Amino acid sequence: MSTPTEDHAPSHTIAQPTSSAGVLKQLKRLWQGESGLGPILVGLLALVIYFEARTSVFLSAGNITNLFIQSTIFILLGMAEIWVLLMGDIDLSIGYSAGIGGAIAVILTSTQHNWPFWIALPLGLVACTLVSVIFGSIIIRLRLPSFIVTLAGQIGLAGVLLFLIDSQGNSGGSLPVQEKVLYDLVNGNFTPLATWIFIAVVVALMSWIIMSSERRRRAAGLEQKPFWLSVVKVAALIVAGIVLGVIFNSNRSSFTNLSGMPFAIPIDLGVLGIGSYILTKSRAGRYIYAIGGNVEAARRAGINVNRYRLLAFALSGFTTGIAGLLYVSRLNGISTGIEGGTYVLYAVAAAVIGGTSLFGGRGKMIHAVIGGLVIATIDNGMALINVSASGLYMVTALVLLAAVVVDALARRGNTVTG
Amino acid sequence: MMTTPELPGSDMSEVASTSPGGSGVRVAEGETLLSLRGITKDFGPVQALQYVDLDVPAGQVTALIGDNGAGKSVLIKTISGIYPPTSGRILWKGKEVHAHAPRDSTELGISTVYQDLALCDNLDIVQNMYLGREETRFGQLDEIKMELATKQLLKDLSVSTVKSVRQLVASLSGGQRQAIAVARAVMRDSQLVIMDEPTAALGVSQTAQVLQLVRRLADRGIAVILISHNLNDVFTVADRIAVMHLGNLVSQGPISNYDTASAVEMITTGQSSRVPATPRAE
Repeated sequence: MSTPTEDHAPSHTIAQPTSSAGVLKQLKRLWQGESGLGPILVGLLALVIYFEARTSVFLSAGNITNLFIQSTIFILLGMAEIWVLLMGDIDLSIGYSAGIGGAIAVILTSTQHNWPFWIALPLGLVACTLVSVIFGSIIIRLRLPSFIVTLAGQIGLAGVLLFLIDSQGNSGGSLPVQEKVLYDLVNGNFTPLATWIFIAVVVALMSWIIMSSERRRRAAGLEQKPFWLSVVKVAALIVAGIVLGVIFNSNRSSFTNLSGMPFAIPIDLGVLGIGSYILTKSRAGRYIYAIGGNVEAARRAGINVNRYRLLAFALSGFTTGIAGLLYVSRLNGISTGIEGGTYVLYAVAAAVIGGTSLFGGRGKMIHAVIGGLVIATIDNGMALINVSASGLYMVTALVLLAAVVVDALARRGNTVTG
Repeated sequence: MMTTPELPGSDMSEVASTSPGGSGVRVAEGETLLSLRGITKDFGPVQALQYVDLDVPAGQVTALIGDNGAGKSVLIKTISGIYPPTSGRILWKGKEVHAHAPRDSTELGISTVYQDLALCDNLDIVQNMYLGREETRFGQLDEIKMELATKQLLKDLSVSTVKSVRQLVASLSGGQRQAIAVARAVMRDSQLVIMDEPTAALGVSQTAQVLQLVRRLADRGIAVILISHNLNDVFTVADRIAVMHLGNLVSQGPISNYDTASAVEMITTGQSSRVPATPRAE
């Protein structure tokens, strides 16, 4: 009963944990993996080693913390972009949309208007969500290509942002953040004790998720990855938690005592966790993948395709709003000089470097995190070794290209036709 | 077919009759499940179907044969609710029904497996099987329940070539994909499965596997309409034959009434010196 093609199909069966061949097979799977994170993680490690070799400042606690904060904007916009990329769409407007969300929060909380943060910040999120829903509706109802509609959106929103900033009178093209909560989103830190507690809770929660899924599959008698793999994952989590805790909790200022985890990190993690949960555990997430994989199949399965496409746009917009708030917090204001067009392209790059497909159907929220970290690492490292902007752009381009090539080659070996 | 797994026939029919969520009573094997009476379909001046009468019994494979343009595709699209008929009646278990949309016929228990199979390559087998009707537990997808049920169904249908139900559909061979598409129809508790050229793109052994699967559906009490150009397949698997020619259903009856020569004659000329054409009802 076997045909040649079947023999080449990738095997996802139970590996024998005892045999070394089984272990090798698992390692190979981890490398190519469903998530495909192997190559890019090695790439990131290579970048880190290179920069550390060139300048010992790179791996200092202060610089690593700084790198995480730098990567936040790429990570959040990347996650916003992944919602639409998964359906085979693209949104070029989210850079300026984020700017508008941030500007609304800055303006409303300014001493002139003096709205409380708990109204102003959510309003910024609502604005970004609405913008994405409007573009999404146009794209879906009129069956237009998302590229063109959101390109128009990018240009139009750049105008809206200028209008908003200029409407505040004698601003000189930039508005400062004048409210503490908005300022603290990025610039505030946990106390060292709270940092450790937060890390412990996150590590415990994730370990519990890994282990309980393992246990449930075992109880149901289903095939599963070997037990040692779960143990390795949990061990890696604990080690990563401790390393990050030590880094965040060491003093990174030479003048005063500055330590603790920046608030930006839990915000990133929260968006990552909720996004991943929706994508993997809910019907909505399943349908978004199905729409990206084969929209006709989704429709025939009785899925309300338009509704779920619009939902994905809305989730993208909401994530964009969070990115916008963190953007203004980090820059301590919003200015007409925001490069919304560049940010959106970096967001797409972050998603693709992490392993998300531009053609829809394949991608995970974690891809934006890894991709965003890669971009920020290049940014940060090149600045430390005093490479000019020209070199920075060219290296980023090479990494993007390399990521796509490696990904395409890995995938090609994975699928069988016929 | 190199190996033929033995099937306990009685067990199969039990599984079929006790499967949950069915739409109403099941029709006993051999009794008519679907009847078309005087169905016509016009596309402007073109009469694609002319007074078609067709009976589809439960638990049997009805092969729908005919040349290109004979109206086979229009006929199955009428049954599956994509094209409402211009005139005529559709009887489901003896009662007249009106299928105006694919959803209507799906609710009756009619599944159509088109040539493109409508599978999502980026999802695995379990995810495809349950697409659009996922099981949930406390609002979360219940992956374990779905995976267990998928494994059980594939085992019942003797689809044994699939290594893991967590394999992406992209990694499956053509025959396996066809098997998954058919199994999905069974999972949705369909009582009539319409298959459009299921073996068209398959090699010899995969064709044999798919035909075996078709046979198993009928053994479970499911009515199957099989469109095929391949008379070998038809005579291997079908219980009944219905021949279409230029929008007319020119002949139907048990397979024993036909042989390859008469079937070819009916397909090409619409009549045969050996088989009497079915008299038109009313």
